[in-house]
Amino acid sequence: MKRGPVAHIVLWVFFLGMLAMPAIMRRLSSQRRTAQAGELSCQSALARYGFCFQEVSQQAGIHFVHEAPVLDPKLAGIMPEVASMGASVSIVDYNRDGWPDIYVTNSRTGSMNHLYRNNHDGTFTDVAPEMGIADVNKPGTGVSMGAVWGDYDNDGYEDLFLIKWGKPMLFHNDHGQGFTDVTAQAGLPAWINANTATWLDYDDDGKLDLFVGGYYPEDVNLWHLKNTRMMPDSFEYADNGGRKYLFHNLGNGHFEEVSEKAGIKSRRWALACAAADLEGTGYPDLFVANDYGVSELYLNDHGHFHEAGQETGVGFAPKSGMNAAFGDIFDQGKYSIYVSNISEEGVLIQGNNLWVPQDGKTLHYDNLARDLGVELGGWSFGAQFGDLNNDGNLDLFLENGYISASKTRSYWYDFSKVAGGNSSIISDASHWPAFDGRSLSGYQQKKVWINDGAGKFIDVAQAVGVTDRYDGRAIALADLWNTGALDAVVANQGGPLLIYKNVVAPENDWIEFLLEGTKSNRSAIGAQVTLYWDGKEQVQAVMGASGFASENARRLHFGLGKNPEIEKAVIRWPSGIVQRLENLTPNQLVRVKEPS
Amino acid sequence: MNLPAITAPPAGAPPRPVLWKRVLDSRFMPPVFITLILLAGNLSFGILESYQKTLLAIVTAIVAEMALGRIFLGKWPHPSSAYITGISVGILLRSPAFWPFALCAALSITSKYAVRLRGRHLFNPSNFGICALLFLASESVAGLSIQWGNNFAALIVIWILGSLILWRAKRFQITATYVVSFFLLALLRAHITGDPWQSEVAPITGPMYQLFMFFMITDPKTTLKSRKGQCAVAVAVAVVEFLMRLDQSVYAPLYALFVVGPPALLIEMWIDARRKRRLAPVPQLRPEMAQ
Repeated sequence: MKRGPVAHIVLWVFFLGMLAMPAIMRRLSSQRRTAQAGELSCQSALARYGFCFQEVSQQAGIHFVHEAPVLDPKLAGIMPEVASMGASVSIVDYNRDGWPDIYVTNSRTGSMNHLYRNNHDGTFTDVAPEMGIADVNKPGTGVSMGAVWGDYDNDGYEDLFLIKWGKPMLFHNDHGQGFTDVTAQAGLPAWINANTATWLDYDDDGKLDLFVGGYYPEDVNLWHLKNTRMMPDSFEYADNGGRKYLFHNLGNGHFEEVSEKAGIKSRRWALACAAADLEGTGYPDLFVANDYGVSELYLNDHGHFHEAGQETGVGFAPKSGMNAAFGDIFDQGKYSIYVSNISEEGVLIQGNNLWVPQDGKTLHYDNLARDLGVELGGWSFGAQFGDLNNDGNLDLFLENGYISASKTRSYWYDFSKVAGGNSSIISDASHWPAFDGRSLSGYQQKKVWINDGAGKFIDVAQAVGVTDRYDGRAIALADLWNTGALDAVVANQGGPLLIYKNVVAPENDWIEFLLEGTKSNRSAIGAQVTLYWDGKEQVQAVMGASGFASENARRLHFGLGKNPEIEKAVIRWPSGIVQRLENLTPNQLVRVKEPS
Repeated sequence: MNLPAITAPPAGAPPRPVLWKRVLDSRFMPPVFITLILLAGNLSFGILESYQKTLLAIVTAIVAEMALGRIFLGKWPHPSSAYITGISVGILLRSPAFWPFALCAALSITSKYAVRLRGRHLFNPSNFGICALLFLASESVAGLSIQWGNNFAALIVIWILGSLILWRAKRFQITATYVVSFFLLALLRAHITGDPWQSEVAPITGPMYQLFMFFMITDPKTTLKSRKGQCAVAVAVAVVEFLMRLDQSVYAPLYALFVVGPPALLIEMWIDARRKRRLAPVPQLRPEMAQ
């Protein structure tokens, strides 16, 4: 070394400065993205953030605790991992009384699903047994993983498709008086191991079709395994999962499986899907978040799909997709897409994806999760966009936490050890070390990110009262008590159903829309409302599923901020009809029937 | 990682071989090999989060090497070593952010100039940089922990090519010793923990180990000169890794090299110094003192 001591001192200062850089970055990052207040009283949270949540499940008469599946004893060692899903929640007004009801799934063989009817007084009553949709996890038929509601026969009442690891089930809603199992007439397959499905009218023929995304292959019976080679063959490139189904509604109660004909052919491990018109063609596009691989975006060319994940930028980096939610976060009339993944400090930093559409003629997305502050959410599952404080900007509520068992012992080392191995090792469950009561990303803090409207999200979960540490899976948003505020219903794996009642500062206004199709499907799934107020423009779509294993309330909720001037609302129906609504006043539910 | 021991022929060597042999024997061979691994892995399986991050690491490493080499050694260093460091950082580091790639590459190269003794740097550069970030920025980075592709084909191709290159570089014994040690200790670990032996063997079938075995532990600048010493260090790395794995350290091989590498070099320097002193001619005593 030719230089003298001064140069070496400078070199060492530079060297030590670089070593200190991560600590500096950490400090800057945490200051910017997390509210420093910690837990606050509801009054303080209202004053500071404009809303607070109160967990009211017990007061509401809901004492549901999810039971996880118990699968083939050959999987006993890693049962917590393979039986880690099944808690789901969907919102439906099954009896058309104008009040949202709640349907939750259970996943132990013999356990009951629950339909909580809204009593209009803050309480709910489980009516699933008398309605005929409780005892759906019978031995030999598999167990429930989720539920999506859609009026497939356009009779005005929402019907139920039950997503299962097992025999999928379709229930016809008999005018809110009960449900009839119509699976056999519908022509559905005998067995699908699915975790996601959505209703959509992919060919805009006025009848709701159904997409179902398989997870485990359909020839695997998880209760009677032929062998233990049923795990994914890769943690980032797996293509040995379940097939995908697109059931075309023939209009006579029968469905025809047309996935391949319609351009959908994949064996990735689907965990979440959502459909809306992302490209502006008038037809719904389909986004599929896959575990163990890249996401897929099926763009709809007038009833025929082509997979455009790579060309649109969302399907390049493989991660562990577990959520698909759409939200117009910049109030510019375009949907961003939120996909949850896994981040565990020091082991695996995938980061969640927030796909924001670029300006331009062709559809292309950039991942701005890091820039906007919604990237790190632990082992993330369900997430939903919604204006939680009615300030006119869509916020984001994220559930997380994978397996909460021992508080001192973690399975992460063993997980990373095997997950990095060759497919012949990882695809066989017998090669995996036993869990032995250990946790894997357990007891995690939830995220409630409020959108400041200027390009940043700030986590206020603890401050606004979302303090639970259960293994969150599904979250659905709904104005449960018709107060003009979005409440949150959270389904936890092996844990209680939580009802977070939202108290919003009264100075912010809102408006809600409930659409009913006539020429279009009666659920109005696929219809989109663009609201123009105070120089802003926000688009929302009626969707047949959103998030992970969840479905939000059918009505669309817009926060408006203080003293808003609403210019107009433009509704584009799946039929192609465009309807303009003017002279709208805030703080009301607007019921709209599609003009004929 | 640094440049394996394939160097340009010394001055005064026999007549220059034909071009293709020169290319194969040149110091470009390891960079070409690692680039092929990167491209094959990314084009077939998309192993990189983005080309930009890898490019950032490469550019940062080369710029740092050029600047520090010029300042402290008074010459422009050959960029191939820094290129390998940068590309290794680009592959082995995982982070959604850009800054860790630049910081890791800069740290790796700077460590070569800051932590030196008797003209030798003590840490394998990319091993130092990656370990530092895994330790200091665990909330922002992780190591490469997934496999490439779904079958053994890619693995076998990399193993064959890597072995051939190391054989030519006369460093195959390091990797071979490490692999044998790893397998034996993996079986012992399975016996101790009661876990399936496949789960203990699984890591070595992943890409992190392929880079670790073929590029990191064979780095000529930070390995010992004697073959026996090289093999002994490979066994020591495997043993320390074994102990760290029993303690459930996710990045055990990287940390093991971090811990074992510098002391091994220091011991070698100490032995060399002693040997030199012993072999040095004893100064003759002046006649008056001899009396």
